Amino acid sequence: MGSVENDIKVQLKLNKQNSFRLDIECHLPIQGVTAIFGPSGSGKTTFLRCMAGLERPEVGNINVAGECWQSSELFLPAYQRAIGYVFQEASLFEHLSAQGNLQFALNRAADPISDLFFDEIIDLLGLKKLLNRYPNELSGGERQRVAIARALLIQPQILLMDEPLASLDQSRREEIIPYLSKLRKTLSIPILYVTHSIDEIVQFADYILVLEEGRQMAEGPVSDVLSRSDLSAFSGYNTGCLWEGKVVERSEDWHLAKIECFSDVFLWVKDTGVEVGETLRVRILARDVSLTLSEDNSTSILNKLPAKVADVTDDQDVGMVLVQLDCESGSLTARITKRSANELGISVGANVFAQVKSVALVC
Amino acid sequence: MFSAADWSAIALTFRLALTVTIVLLILGTPIAWWLARTRSYWRGPVGAVVALPLVLPPTVLGFYMLIAMGPNGPVGQLTQTLGIGLLPFSFWGLVIASVFYSLPFVVQPIQNAFESLGERPLEVAATLRCGPWETFFCVVVPLAKPGFLTAAILGFAHTVGEFGVVLMIGGNIPNETRVVSVQIYDYVEALEYGRAHSLSLAMILFAFVVLLGVYGIRRNAKTSSFWKAR
Repeated sequence: MGSVENDIKVQLKLNKQNSFRLDIECHLPIQGVTAIFGPSGSGKTTFLRCMAGLERPEVGNINVAGECWQSSELFLPAYQRAIGYVFQEASLFEHLSAQGNLQFALNRAADPISDLFFDEIIDLLGLKKLLNRYPNELSGGERQRVAIARALLIQPQILLMDEPLASLDQSRREEIIPYLSKLRKTLSIPILYVTHSIDEIVQFADYILVLEEGRQMAEGPVSDVLSRSDLSAFSGYNTGCLWEGKVVERSEDWHLAKIECFSDVFLWVKDTGVEVGETLRVRILARDVSLTLSEDNSTSILNKLPAKVADVTDDQDVGMVLVQLDCESGSLTARITKRSANELGISVGANVFAQVKSVALVC
Repeated sequence: MFSAADWSAIALTFRLALTVTIVLLILGTPIAWWLARTRSYWRGPVGAVVALPLVLPPTVLGFYMLIAMGPNGPVGQLTQTLGIGLLPFSFWGLVIASVFYSLPFVVQPIQNAFESLGERPLEVAATLRCGPWETFFCVVVPLAKPGFLTAAILGFAHTVGEFGVVLMIGGNIPNETRVVSVQIYDYVEALEYGRAHSLSLAMILFAFVVLLGVYGIRRNAKTSSFWKAR
């Protein structure tokens, strides 16, 4: 357990009229991006609203970095909590321009904000050209970027984001994702990020809280939780693992970059203009991993990793099995047919080569 | 075109309408806020009472107010003990009666504006460190501006246009309670149709311009130019 000052302690119990219940007790880190993940109706938005003080649970204990926001004797209203909140859909004040909306936050920020920080935020979210526009002259994505800037300018201790991309269509989403990645890399502010999208988790999140029907199913670092096949959200078709690696080489002729994930475990990925030395995150889905008994050089597949079989489990699909592999200090999962597993004689302890058909580069 | 008596009636009408509008905006706003946000059982009954002047003949309202403000009525006894004297047949008696009579015209547009805001702007304001009062004045009021404008215009115009209540409560005292509508009535009774015409036409013109303004606000409030033209 971390020191008292360095985490968020939450205990919530809430019963709503329509038989919805929330019953959560968790410790979240107060750094990086913590994803609150679950299907719709799992209580993740309610959880966030309780954190913000917008909803009042019957039983609630919230401690943020040693400061009590709610206990049996105390309930800090939302306006006294050091939060920034980004709502799911447009939430800009219609009567104010983008600039006016930002000024609204500036006027109420805990400490005066330096012009430098203001310019940094404007730059980070690409708002320079939008400042004089009114909300109904902005696209959904632009509005959301202004809303994020506004939430940052209030200088919150934590930034709460409730599915900020959910109300946007795919192309708008792709337009905003780079801004969020930059935000995560540039600013040190901790973020609680509600989402039902695994893609968003693998791109931004460091830590994850998984909710289902108002209860927590799992909690932990993203790379650990995402490779758990016992969680229905991440099993079957979506089973995979998350690796992080440092770019060690770029091959400009082939538009490829080589990253070192663990000592002596290298992956070739698409070069998206990365720099040598930069850390990248990749997601390798079990369905994209196939197995051979010896290193096959007559294949189009670039990434072939020596590995040892650690476990073989049944998949949700009766014809498939999940093979857990140890690959140096990393673990990898392959999803192959039962028949192949049988014919290749895959069993615990066997040495194999994992062929990675494709590597999804997430950031 | 207008005689000195006409001008005095017009000035009085304007003074009455302005006073009533200001009183109603101050009084009607909290009522509208409560009606828009409460989940209390009393919402229905209170809303109905506020709307009563829409359907009642002004004479009914005027009759009961005359009794209440009269020497034996509860309001009358109160004003007498306070040393204000009696309200009927005075300017302030007219103001009070008109406030009741025009109440729905002010409360309902403001209430509609509050209701159409929904919960979201209030929550956003709370996450931007606004306490309840600051939220109301910095977010709710500016966002409900079209509602307030409509309410002020309708309240003003409706007070200008009232007749029955004035006659019951105020009578016909020059410079005190003789407003334009009463003046017109007097002219018609005296068969001075020419004078009645000029005042009546002025009223029609006024009413038309006012309603044009209200519809303009309703249309513009939906576009960004409305907010830009501040």
